[in-house]
Amino acid sequence: MRLGFCEPALSCVTSVSLAVITCLSLVVSVQTAGFTLAGEHAAVEPAPVLNIFESDSVPVADTQIDRLVFRKFKQLHIQPVLCSDSVFVRRAYLDVIGVLPTEKEAREFILDTDAKNKRQQLIDKLLERPEFSDYWAMKWSDILRIKAEFPVNLWPEAAETYHQWVKSSIAENKPYDRFVHELLTSSGSNFRTGPVNFYRAVQDRTPAGVAGAVALTFMGTRVDTWPTKTVAGMATFFSQVGYKPTREWKEEIVFWDPLRGAAQDAGTSSNPPATAQLNSHQLEAVFPDGTRIKLPPNKDPRDVFADWLIKPNNPWFKRAIVNRIWYWLLGRGIIHEPDDIRTDNPPSNPALLKYLEKELVTARYDLKHIFRLILNSRTYQLSSIPRLTTLQAENNFANYPLRRLDAEVLIDAINKVTGTSDRYTSPIPEPFTYIPEEMPAIAIGDGSITSPFLTLFGRSARSTGIESERNNKPIAAQWLHLLNSSHIQHKLERGAALKTIIDSRQKPQAIIEELYLTILSRFPSPAELTAAQMYGDSRVRGSSVRRQAAVTKRRKDWVDIAWSLINSDEFLFRH
Amino acid sequence: MIWDKDQPDNQTRISRRQALRWGLYSTAGLMLSGHRSLSALAEEAPAKARSVIQIFLWGGMSHIDTWDPKPKAGRDYMGDLAQAIRTNVDGIEIGMLFPKLAQQADKYSLIRSMTHHNNGHETAAYLMQTGHIPGERLSYPSIGAVFTLLKSPGYTGLIPPYVVLTQAQGRFSEEGFLGQKFKPFATGGDANAQRFEVEGIIAPGITDDRQRARRQLLTMMNTLGNTIGANPQIIAAEKAKEQAYELILGPGRDVFDLSKEKPELRDRYGRFTFGQDCLAARRMVEAGVPYIVINYPGGWDTHRNHFETMRRQCPQLDQGLAALLADLKDRGLLDSTIVWCCGEFGRTPKVDWEPPWNGGRGHWGNVFSVLVAGGGFKGGHIVGSSDEKGQEVKERPVYPVDLLGSIYHLSGIDANARLPHPMGEEAYILPRASADVKSAGLLTEIM
Repeated sequence: MRLGFCEPALSCVTSVSLAVITCLSLVVSVQTAGFTLAGEHAAVEPAPVLNIFESDSVPVADTQIDRLVFRKFKQLHIQPVLCSDSVFVRRAYLDVIGVLPTEKEAREFILDTDAKNKRQQLIDKLLERPEFSDYWAMKWSDILRIKAEFPVNLWPEAAETYHQWVKSSIAENKPYDRFVHELLTSSGSNFRTGPVNFYRAVQDRTPAGVAGAVALTFMGTRVDTWPTKTVAGMATFFSQVGYKPTREWKEEIVFWDPLRGAAQDAGTSSNPPATAQLNSHQLEAVFPDGTRIKLPPNKDPRDVFADWLIKPNNPWFKRAIVNRIWYWLLGRGIIHEPDDIRTDNPPSNPALLKYLEKELVTARYDLKHIFRLILNSRTYQLSSIPRLTTLQAENNFANYPLRRLDAEVLIDAINKVTGTSDRYTSPIPEPFTYIPEEMPAIAIGDGSITSPFLTLFGRSARSTGIESERNNKPIAAQWLHLLNSSHIQHKLERGAALKTIIDSRQKPQAIIEELYLTILSRFPSPAELTAAQMYGDSRVRGSSVRRQAAVTKRRKDWVDIAWSLINSDEFLFRH
Repeated sequence: MIWDKDQPDNQTRISRRQALRWGLYSTAGLMLSGHRSLSALAEEAPAKARSVIQIFLWGGMSHIDTWDPKPKAGRDYMGDLAQAIRTNVDGIEIGMLFPKLAQQADKYSLIRSMTHHNNGHETAAYLMQTGHIPGERLSYPSIGAVFTLLKSPGYTGLIPPYVVLTQAQGRFSEEGFLGQKFKPFATGGDANAQRFEVEGIIAPGITDDRQRARRQLLTMMNTLGNTIGANPQIIAAEKAKEQAYELILGPGRDVFDLSKEKPELRDRYGRFTFGQDCLAARRMVEAGVPYIVINYPGGWDTHRNHFETMRRQCPQLDQGLAALLADLKDRGLLDSTIVWCCGEFGRTPKVDWEPPWNGGRGHWGNVFSVLVAGGGFKGGHIVGSSDEKGQEVKERPVYPVDLLGSIYHLSGIDANARLPHPMGEEAYILPRASADVKSAGLLTEIM
């Protein structure tokens, strides 16, 4: 029972921390009747809270990206502010590899005195981490709809093969044009040739359905906004994709079937007759840009399309991918949504988009080059605290936007700081598939492998390949889980990593510091240090704040402090 | 009810419906445009049901061992459960493992001609709860999610409008394209435990004082949130957090406190998980929750050990369900509460006696049974029939759209209404009858 003791102690802390953040024009209400605090304020004061998140060095537009973005700031009278090192280290880890920095990694980066180069060095290091391919394979798996069952039916073995192929392509930094060409033109068994599953991971396997998936995935555009004729012209390229079973259960061969076009067109009346002149054996297809082509009889039409798609002068291809990467890193596409590119949805900064496209071609479709350019820009490194909350500011990237951690990243982060793991299972096929305990959620390939947490926190259902299928909007049930579930409470109480910190017999101040570095990747501010020190059953011996700080803590008080950090916006959001 | 029947003017009515949905959706960013006109039936329908309890016998419960017994079919079909027993309604007999339900037969009707010919768990479960053909481009929301969508604008209850006891189905996404806001709230825990620890609401070992101290600590420690000002993301998160605390520290959690019930009544429901789930469901009905699902703990996918499983589980199903119907009736709640109970399909009427099954039954979607009660469904009737060995429909097929359509109808929901799709796709609550979507009409004989 806490009652009488803790209440005055807590309200006293409240007023202290409120006093500290008066610079943010929060109302100070001194609720403490029993304590005289006026004299003590000075002791904890020198922590203007803003400095925790922001850097006082003025950003200079020294990369081309910044020149193009800051030009807009000038027009809009936006004064850009850089994020602090402790914000940056966390942001970079989460954005580049989907993983929190360890306590040590965070501490070392923050204390590194090479202010000029340390951000760049960290970026280079992160781009080579093994988790890079886990994390980006996860993102691609959403778009490529890698899932064993429902509504896309890949089947577990095929989902694994497909995911492995995507992941190893990312690990070897396969040039993006080759990556896409292989996805579009491969033939073979779904169990053995990963990329053939692109054609199986489409709910609507008609030529028009496949064309829609290709346009969405690689051109960033939705065919339902196209004229029917354009869709039909493109569909012809996919009218000869054949699927046939083998003797092995659920194995399927994807191949070029020159005879299929005829059979299929006769069969599906709902499709516009894309291939009216079938009998001539020379199909005419139309590229989305309107160019007509008679398909050579000795070449898989998918090849013809893929060759067209990846040509450097094809505007769709490079624009879609650089815009997507920008969206991934900055939360908002230069064209937004990143998979809804159309003429009446123009880019907010056309010159910026052009520049990135050009860089992609020059770098021979090396996606990491684009990552590096963006991550090293001041624009990416801006503070997340807005000075101006207009839509224009948002459209022009005046701040790094807040985004809740993706479901997989969030549970991995909780597991990492507590030293626990989750169990992931798939109901398909029976009996249930079990996944090794220590496997992080970002490394799961098959979208059918899941846990209640992942579902609750809006992991993508991988049914359409549209980015917004991943849903990070907050709902009450998520809070019930984070604030009060036995799942999270067990982790806090029993997690080995957290136990090690709490039971380390260090001074409270050192424990608090370690908790902050582990959970929030930064040092606590003096006000936070005081608040944490004073939480718990206090035996107040005097009216001095300093003496109160010598509160004896029980295990559950430490658990509550860790709990509060895990439930803070700072932990839950990329910021 | 989603709209007012007294409005004679069609225009007014539609704009009113629209307004309600806008109210719900403007924040979710969903678009809704265009409406189909309402079906004639729905126009006349006064909503009888306020709440629905769906008891889902996941895995697929055998029909001929339960509610469609075939005593004359012989051992190859009936094993050692061949006996049928009389009920309190003349002429209705049910399986021998349901003596308590036999005494309540006046309160429910049995559909013995449910059919969809689908034998996959996921696909059949989807079909039974959405009415839509599995494998189409869109994945539709379940009936519970549709209720949440249409009933929550007027719902002011403390606990979520769509609750599942105790685990979600897992094998299909109940919310479909509506998004996770329409997921059922899964209670977790065990209603039969000393304390029903509803996941997220009632935490083991944390006193209310500690909850309050923690909450205060969190407010203090939330430095970024306190610094960043009026960020729409933070505001949305804070609002959701407030809602959560209404349950954690507010009165909402009392609904789950089964110790508030008389011990004798708890005994009547049965001191096992399913029995207490039924009791918890009744308490939620009293609290006005529109849609409650009990996912039968354990499962009915009896490929092997079929008869042992039936002998173990059926008495619990019998006791819990019979107590629920009687209790709802006693409290005057049965007229406004639909109870429906079935699995995604039935089981092969012919027993697999050979190894490795050794007396098991496979999946059977050709014909199976559903129990419906309350909320405007008449009791004491049998709808349709299966053939003499329970293999095919003999009379009056009932298809998923017929069953779901009847439940919607009794609840005052127009099943022809358009659903808001995040991408603006055209989607309706139930599909129209077509070559792929069979329908034999609403269950008017028992409505």
